[in-house]
Formats: sequence, structure tokens, C-alpha cells
Amino acid sequence: MTYTEDLKERIDNIKKGGQEKYHQKNEEKGKMFVRKRLELLFDDDMDIEDAFFANSMDEDLPSDGVVTGVGQINDQDVCVMANDSTVKAGSWGKRTVEKIIRIQETAAKLEIPMLYLVDSAGARITDQVEMFPGRRGAGRIFHNQIKLSGRVPQVCLLFGPSAAGGAYIPAFCDIVVMVEGNASMYLGSPRMAEKVIGEKVTLEEMGGANMHCSVSGVGDVLATSEEEAITYTRSYLAYFPANFRNKPALVEPKNVKGFEKSITDLIPENQNTPFNMYDLIERIIDEDSFCEIKKKFAPELITGLGRINGKSVGIIANQPRMKGGVLFPDSADKAAKFIQLCDAFNIPLLFLMDIPGFMIGTKVEQAGIIRHGAKMLAAMSEATVPKISVVVRKAYGAGLYAMAGPAFEPDACLALPTAQIAVMGPEAAVNAVYANKIAELPEEERPAFIKQKQEEYKDNIDIYHLASEMVVDAIVDPDLLREDLVKRYKIYEVKNTTFTERKHGVYPV
Amino acid sequence: MTEVKASMAGSVWKITVSEGEKVSSDQDVVILESMKMEIPIAAEADGAIKELKIAEGDFVNEGDIIAIIE
Repeated sequence: MTYTEDLKERIDNIKKGGQEKYHQKNEEKGKMFVRKRLELLFDDDMDIEDAFFANSMDEDLPSDGVVTGVGQINDQDVCVMANDSTVKAGSWGKRTVEKIIRIQETAAKLEIPMLYLVDSAGARITDQVEMFPGRRGAGRIFHNQIKLSGRVPQVCLLFGPSAAGGAYIPAFCDIVVMVEGNASMYLGSPRMAEKVIGEKVTLEEMGGANMHCSVSGVGDVLATSEEEAITYTRSYLAYFPANFRNKPALVEPKNVKGFEKSITDLIPENQNTPFNMYDLIERIIDEDSFCEIKKKFAPELITGLGRINGKSVGIIANQPRMKGGVLFPDSADKAAKFIQLCDAFNIPLLFLMDIPGFMIGTKVEQAGIIRHGAKMLAAMSEATVPKISVVVRKAYGAGLYAMAGPAFEPDACLALPTAQIAVMGPEAAVNAVYANKIAELPEEERPAFIKQKQEEYKDNIDIYHLASEMVVDAIVDPDLLREDLVKRYKIYEVKNTTFTERKHGVYPV
Repeated sequence: MTEVKASMAGSVWKITVSEGEKVSSDQDVVILESMKMEIPIAAEADGAIKELKIAEGDFVNEGDIIAIIE
């Protein structure tokens, strides 16, 4: 055998990954081999791979169970680490960890996105002294992620388990795409939960993709297959620049999808009657450009990326169809992270308001709605990207503040003619102010009195009155809203401000 | 059997279906009133309303069962 034949044979063996039986097991679960995933993920295949021979002296541990390298997505170089679950269930040994750390260091040096394709049982307990506690132990992976956060986009694709400490990889990514049925995250497995705390629970219930994408909010996107997860990730990244120094690439502008109903037809005049906010979003953005994040989590607030005239925009919109569009602790959290994500990567923001306020009552107070709401306000306030808020209908109480009201330096606060800005709605306000007076009146006189006071109140908060007081910057014809936004984003594009000078704020958490 | 649950605390403003009626997924079965807003609660599955657990005017907490679909 020549040297090159020997090399080729070694390469071929390593490329096969783990034993055949583990490949079969994965296939039964609908899981692709790690190299197949990478082939699909990149425009072409991966361009360069490092430490391919890691641990190759041990035949059972090809590449030490992880593939790391650089390839292109949408013509942009990105770094990737991808667990190979055919090798000891994708568990981490000393070299696995070192490989992950090195590819993160490459992403930091080159300032290009870092992707984590996770499918791993966690630490190899037998190797713990080498891979767990030290300077270049697994902790360094998380330390690097935290340092990379906001410098380059970080995405986690979860194809299998992400257990114990490993569950922090998704936690520090910008978003986590989970494959239904296979992906899971948990600190302690159901078996451990039963032994240690006596809880009997299934994996799906405790750490499954559905649960995380709808209840805990640790997952962002629920995909029905690995292909779908990969396709989503590729289109998601197209909204982003390679790093915080750049702006997102322009794409070919598209018109709005054609609809029978105009925006004017869509919005009910009665403030209390719900409508579907997605219908409004679709009438503002380029056709088929909406890339939603956390669709199933806290759906009373919609967050997603879209394009307006070919430019990336981050949309935060109240959904009156769900829970009245009221803000809850979870929706406030959802907004806070999304705003940070857009602001970090120079994606302008658009707030669409139709909000009765933050939820009240014992349950939400005990859940700490005040501090959760404060997170949203802090993130929104601190965002220095072009920021436009549109008062679609009601904007009551702290809802106006949280949705980039005039006091929070939006570049513009626009109103539709249906807008209504107030501390609270007419019904609540009249009750609050005239409760005693109403009680004193004979019962038959009450309805007329209430109606009259509500009318007076409505006049006072009339949107033309507020525009005359320069509370809003413009009142816009709903069907010309997109046109106005196109012009404004173009003008505000050159904006370059620093929020304030300091080490960092002491943020509400 | 699927349970229809209240998505948030509020009072039952309108019940738009009756027991025995056939409903389809995403169809509104009850409208709550909360935070001065109408909060439609939709069925999550196709079927017939087996039981309505509430009456108009009742207060419901988040997660309370409103109806059972079979």
C-alpha cells in the first residue's frame, strides 16, 4: 500500500462514522447521518474540515464524535460543529470539546456565524477529568458562546438529545430549531428525575420539542423533519449579516401579496373586537418573506423577520386574536430576546400596536410580570437600530411604552386613523374615575351617564387631538402604510447612535 | 376526547355553540371577556360538543376546562 492509499483508506474509514448498527438505529428514528446533514445545510458540501483525525488511534471514536469545519450558506462562510450520534451517542470526550472550542475560536477570529448541530448524550463520564473541569473543558464552550453572542449569529439545530450541561449550548444560541419527536433538552433525564426527586414523567413531557417550543420557550422553532429544520435555518440566516459590523444583505424586493381585503377593510372599528394581526403583517411585507420565531410560544405577541422592499425588518406585533393581545410574562420575555437579536445585527424594528396593556391579576403578579415587562422595555429602549412604531388600534397603559411609544425614541411613532392611545380604555376609565358618582345615581340613569362620560373620554383621547399635541408623528392612511415605511426605513438607514456610555446596564431579569 | 381550556382569566361573555353541536378545529366555541377585550376560545379538534362546563357570566381562570369535544 502506498502512503496515499493508506491515507485514503484511513479517511474513508473515519468518514463512515460509528458502527453500522448505530446508523440503522438513527435511520429508524428518521435521523440523518451527520455528514448528510452538513451536505444539505451548505450551498455545496463543507469546504474545510479540521481535526478530522481526532482520536483516530481509537477505531471506535472516529473524529471523536464531532465534525467541525467551515462551509457556505447563501454564499456566506459559516463555522459549524455537528455531533455524530453514531459515535458513542455523540457524547463528548476531551478532543470533542477541544474541537468545539477551536471552531468557536475560528468563528470569533473570522467574525462569521457559528452553527451548532446538536445530537449528543452529554459528557463521557469516563473522560470527565480531561473534558469537564479544566480551562479548556466543556465550560469553555459556553464561555465562548457568551462572548460570541451579539458578535456573530449563533444558531442551534437540535436533532437529538441535548442533555445536562450540554443543554446550555441551545440556551446561549440566538435561536434553537428543534425536530419534533427526536429533539429534547433536559438537565436530568426522566430516569434521573424518578431516582432523585421521585417524579414519574415521559421525556416528551419533560424535555420534548413540543413542550420547549410552546411552554418553556427554550426552543424557538418546531420542525417536523430534519430537512425542514435545515431549510428553515438557511432561510433564517439570509436575514442576517455575518457579524455585528455589517448590515443584512439586500435581496430582490417583492411586492406585497395581493389580497381582496385592504388593510382598511381588515381592522374592526370596535377596539374590543379581535382581528388577525398576521393579515396586517402580510399586507405590509414583501410576499412570502415572513420568517417567524417562537410561533407556538406566547402567541399573543408575534415576533418574526420579514422584508420591506428587500430589506430585513424585525417585526413585533400584538395579536388581538390570542388572549386579546395582552402582554404576559412570557410574551414580554419573547419580545425582549427578539429585540436584542435584531438590534445586535443591525436589523431595523417595526412595532405594530394593538394592545390593551399588560395582564393584571394575582397569577401574573406572582409570576413577576413587572420584572418580565421591564425586560421588554429595557431591550426596546436600548435598541438603536431604526425603530418605527405603528399604533394600529388601541395602545393602553404600559402597553404603549413596551411597544416603543413616543417616549422611547422611536424614529417615528405613526398612527392609523383607528388608533387610540390612553392610560386605559374608555370603559375602564369611566369606571375608575366615576365609580362613586355612578353608585350614587338611580339605576335607570346610570347607562346614559356612563355613555356620556365614555363619549367625552373618547373625544379627549381622539387620535387627531393627540396628533395636534404632536404625540404621534403622523397619521397614515392604512393602505399607504407600507409606502410610508419603505421611505422611512430608507431615510433612517444611516442612523448611527450609541445608546449611552457605560460598561453595561443592570438589567431586570 | 379533547378539552377546550380558557387561555386566560376572565368571564364568559358568550357561548357560541350548544351541547351536541358539531364543531371543527379552529372554530370559536366560547368568547371570554377579559381586560375589556373579547377573547375567542377555539376548538383544537374536530368533533361534537360533549359537554359545556361553564355558563355565560361565569368567571374562569387560565387553564380551566370550558368544554369537552368528542
